[in-house]
Amino acid sequence: MQDKPYTRREFIRHLSLAALTGLSIPLLSSCGKEQVEDFLQKHFLEMTRQEKEALITRLEERYLKKYGRRFKVSTQEAIPDTLWGYGLDLSRCIGCRRCVYACVEENNSSRRNPQSQWIRVIRLKKGSLINLEDSEHYYNPEQVPEKGFLYIPVQCQHCEEPPCVKVCPVHATWKEPDGLVVVDYNWCIGCRYCIAACPYRGRTFNWAEPSVPSDKWNTSVHYLGNRPRMRNIVDKCTFCIQRVRMGRYPACVEVCPTGSRKFGNLLDPQSEIRYVIENKRTFRLKEDLRTEPKFYYFFEA
Amino acid sequence: MKRAGEMNRIIYAVITWYILGTLLPASAREIREEFPVPPPPFTEGIFPCSGCHASMEVNQKKRELKDEHTNIKLHHAETMRWCLDCHNPANRDKLRLYNGELIDFNKSYMLCGECHGNVFRDWKAGIHGKRHGYFAGGKRTYLLCVHCHDSHSPRPKPIKPEPPPYTPKDKRNAR
Repeated sequence: MQDKPYTRREFIRHLSLAALTGLSIPLLSSCGKEQVEDFLQKHFLEMTRQEKEALITRLEERYLKKYGRRFKVSTQEAIPDTLWGYGLDLSRCIGCRRCVYACVEENNSSRRNPQSQWIRVIRLKKGSLINLEDSEHYYNPEQVPEKGFLYIPVQCQHCEEPPCVKVCPVHATWKEPDGLVVVDYNWCIGCRYCIAACPYRGRTFNWAEPSVPSDKWNTSVHYLGNRPRMRNIVDKCTFCIQRVRMGRYPACVEVCPTGSRKFGNLLDPQSEIRYVIENKRTFRLKEDLRTEPKFYYFFEA
Repeated sequence: MKRAGEMNRIIYAVITWYILGTLLPASAREIREEFPVPPPPFTEGIFPCSGCHASMEVNQKKRELKDEHTNIKLHHAETMRWCLDCHNPANRDKLRLYNGELIDFNKSYMLCGECHGNVFRDWKAGIHGKRHGYFAGGKRTYLLCVHCHDSHSPRPKPIKPEPPPYTPKDKRNAR
């Protein structure tokens, strides 16, 4: 030991390590058990099945205590050979916003203070479809459809090359094997880079805990989808991941009074979305950005 | 010589079976083309039509209805159409196709499809109209044309939209 003197650099290194461990013990012990578990939680994609099950029971207990409702949290994985795609008939959409509110109810979004909606219906003058910057989404006429206007519901387009995923500094958002772009709310740090990166305004930020009337909770939830969100995280449309992975149509598809919304598996030649793409004139929003959205707008020929 | 005749027989048999095999499933598919639809949206107590009409004499004259069915305002090519073009005069509980075939009310899409062929084609593929429930591993319901369109006046009526989102400055949007 004599020939290797204990240098000042080593002394400082050991001191800082000791200080870190010494500090973290009271810090971790001062917060509740829940917070420690949340803090030490692994990334969702790296969890084993047992860890996921433990996480689900923990969340279900927490929701029961907090909201007084028995939630059923699913972690169902993507079905093999599926790539979800969406179609929307612009010649039939009348801009009634039924989809917006069906989405809010299905996905446990905050009703007010602050309001959070995943679908935005924009209104454009007919003949100016490409001027998206002239659109308006606060329109409120007595009756729809109005003469000379066109309505375009915009939500997450589930891009094949999602810019929001590229910018996330902590990989809290990713594209699932079935093409859905999802967020792990427990992993999100709320930096909102993804909101800035999304060209479709498809993401919303939870400025506060969601305010949902206690009898209005949808208790059939998915971990990556509509489970109750917490404060300071980003969420977005998931094509109703909790429904479509069970083979059920998304809530907005079911509620649309004009039947403008179509949904299906892009890899299945018999699906409705494939019929739309093969037989109708489709386009996607902002194709020039090369985000490759899986949301096809079309017109009845 | 005998061998050649046997060969011919075998070849004919193969060809016959091949043709049958390609034709039969196609025709079977045509026949099986049925759609799981909910019952049509009748006004309460109006069906069966024969409840009243069985004891009535058929009046073929085109006229304004004054006593019954006054809520029906025909606005569907009304200059060239009349009730009995679609409703069957002899058996009122059935609809009548152009070729005289009688169909039930829950197959009314066949009647609509006689004129609106391209819409009917889209409807069969699930593009026009709406489907409910499960697209895989469950029950899926197809809505009939008449669930959304009034068959006597098919143009959709305007509706009141849901309220717009709160503006950022709205009090109800504050934290």
